[in-house]
Amino acid sequence: MTALAVLLLADSRLPNGGHAHSGGVETTVAAGFLSTVDDLELFLRGRLCTTAPVLAGFAAVACLLDDDADWRRWDRALSARIPSAALRTASRLQGGALLRTVAGMWPVPAGLRQLGRPHQPLVLGAATSAGGGSALDAAGLAVHHLLGGACSAAIRLLGLDPLAVAAVQAAVGGPGAEIARQAVLAAEIAVTSDDPSALAAVSAPLTELLAAEHAQQEVTLFAS
Amino acid sequence: MHREETQTVLPAARPRGRALRIGIGGPVGGGKTALVAALCRALSTELSVVVVTNDIYTTEDADFLRRNGVLADERIRAVRTGCCPHTAIRDDITANLDEVEELERLHDPDLVLVESGGDNLTATFSYGLIDRQIFVVDVAGGDKVPRKGGPGVTRSDLLVINKIDLAELVGADLDVMRNDSAAQRGDRPTVLISLRAEHGVAPVLDWVRRSLTAHRA
Ligand SMILES: Nc1nc2c(ncn2[C@@H]2O[C@H](COP(=O)(O)OP(=O)(O)OP(=O)(O)O)[C@@H](O)[C@H]2O)c(=O)[nH]1
Ligand SMILES: [Mg+2]
Repeated sequence: MTALAVLLLADSRLPNGGHAHSGGVETTVAAGFLSTVDDLELFLRGRLCTTAPVLAGFAAVACLLDDDADWRRWDRALSARIPSAALRTASRLQGGALLRTVAGMWPVPAGLRQLGRPHQPLVLGAATSAGGGSALDAAGLAVHHLLGGACSAAIRLLGLDPLAVAAVQAAVGGPGAEIARQAVLAAEIAVTSDDPSALAAVSAPLTELLAAEHAQQEVTLFAS
Repeated sequence: MHREETQTVLPAARPRGRALRIGIGGPVGGGKTALVAALCRALSTELSVVVVTNDIYTTEDADFLRRNGVLADERIRAVRTGCCPHTAIRDDITANLDEVEELERLHDPDLVLVESGGDNLTATFSYGLIDRQIFVVDVAGGDKVPRKGGPGVTRSDLLVINKIDLAELVGADLDVMRNDSAAQRGDRPTVLISLRAEHGVAPVLDWVRRSLTAHRA
């Protein structure tokens, strides 16, 4: 049952708002930095070094937190790690969308629901816990969606060979899983010490800048 | 830039107020936006109307509606669909629900129109997003379209066959389209119109008014 619940959260068929977001791929393509499968692999490896530990850490935390935790505080701690308003908005839009869906599937902490549109990793982690999954599942899901959203957008925007993209996603899965494991260790310290500063706080300046520019564009296919 | 973005509190359950939500779908260029504009023009003096568009040119449809003076800008919202217009109206309706509910909260409308991005004959709305749906095809796409069927043609609540002014030019037989539609749709209504003609929207307007009455009952 738990395995199925986690798979459900990994499935892009679950209405989670993700299909309208490219994870930065659309704007990176527009800037001329990404056009081949090899570029995509580099892009994904870059995401694994920067955004992934942050998102995975917060997803793991949300899975470990008690229902009556101070969800707003953790939500703000994630905001502090996302410099651009555009990416904070993208995270909240997807968090709100996922919350809408999972609130009808399992009991979700009231403190999280009261935030309206919490950041996506918090909802993902809380949903993983509600479905019976572990903090490692939650961290893995965060990394999986980061990679999967970018891959699917690259296929749609560039016409890349989907089989070749699947191979790339599998290849970066190893390092991705390691990042999830490390994120869980950080999350356990953060929750035990009740201190978000134990969590990774890295970001990628170019990603943030391109996201801000994307939000200003007249014609974009993806919301971020 | 550094302000904390708003965290609007979502309603606990999906509100089912008095607003009637109508989805308008169909292939690219059939006349969806023209229909939205005609409906707004005819109804916005007597009813409170809001519109959500799913066009890839995010402000294109909004500009069109504003230019034509049919709707104030703040009554129109655009949703981006990540290259998959059908996903946004059927499989993952969350972004459209966000905008519909926000407009309902701000304007307490009688009528919400959701225009899908142009897609193919299989793209229909989920009834989790809308109450009724109109599928718009045009005669310029060929008179075989109703015979082909697909969920839009067979299951929509109203099938609009638009641009009948072009029928002769493209060699489309309107009787064939009418008969094939009836065969595909059973009791569901079909109207053949030209939005270019004066009062061309009237049959759709009648259907919307009847739907509103039924919805309020
Ligand atoms: N001749 C003729 N042209 C029409 C009619 N209705 C709409 N058009 C024209 O057809 C073109 C496409 O109309 P739109 O309303 O933009 O079509 P749409 O379905 O919204 O298109 P997308 O949103 O791009 O899928 C425009 O140039 C309209 O002026 C009609 O009844 N007759
Ligand atoms: Mg249109």
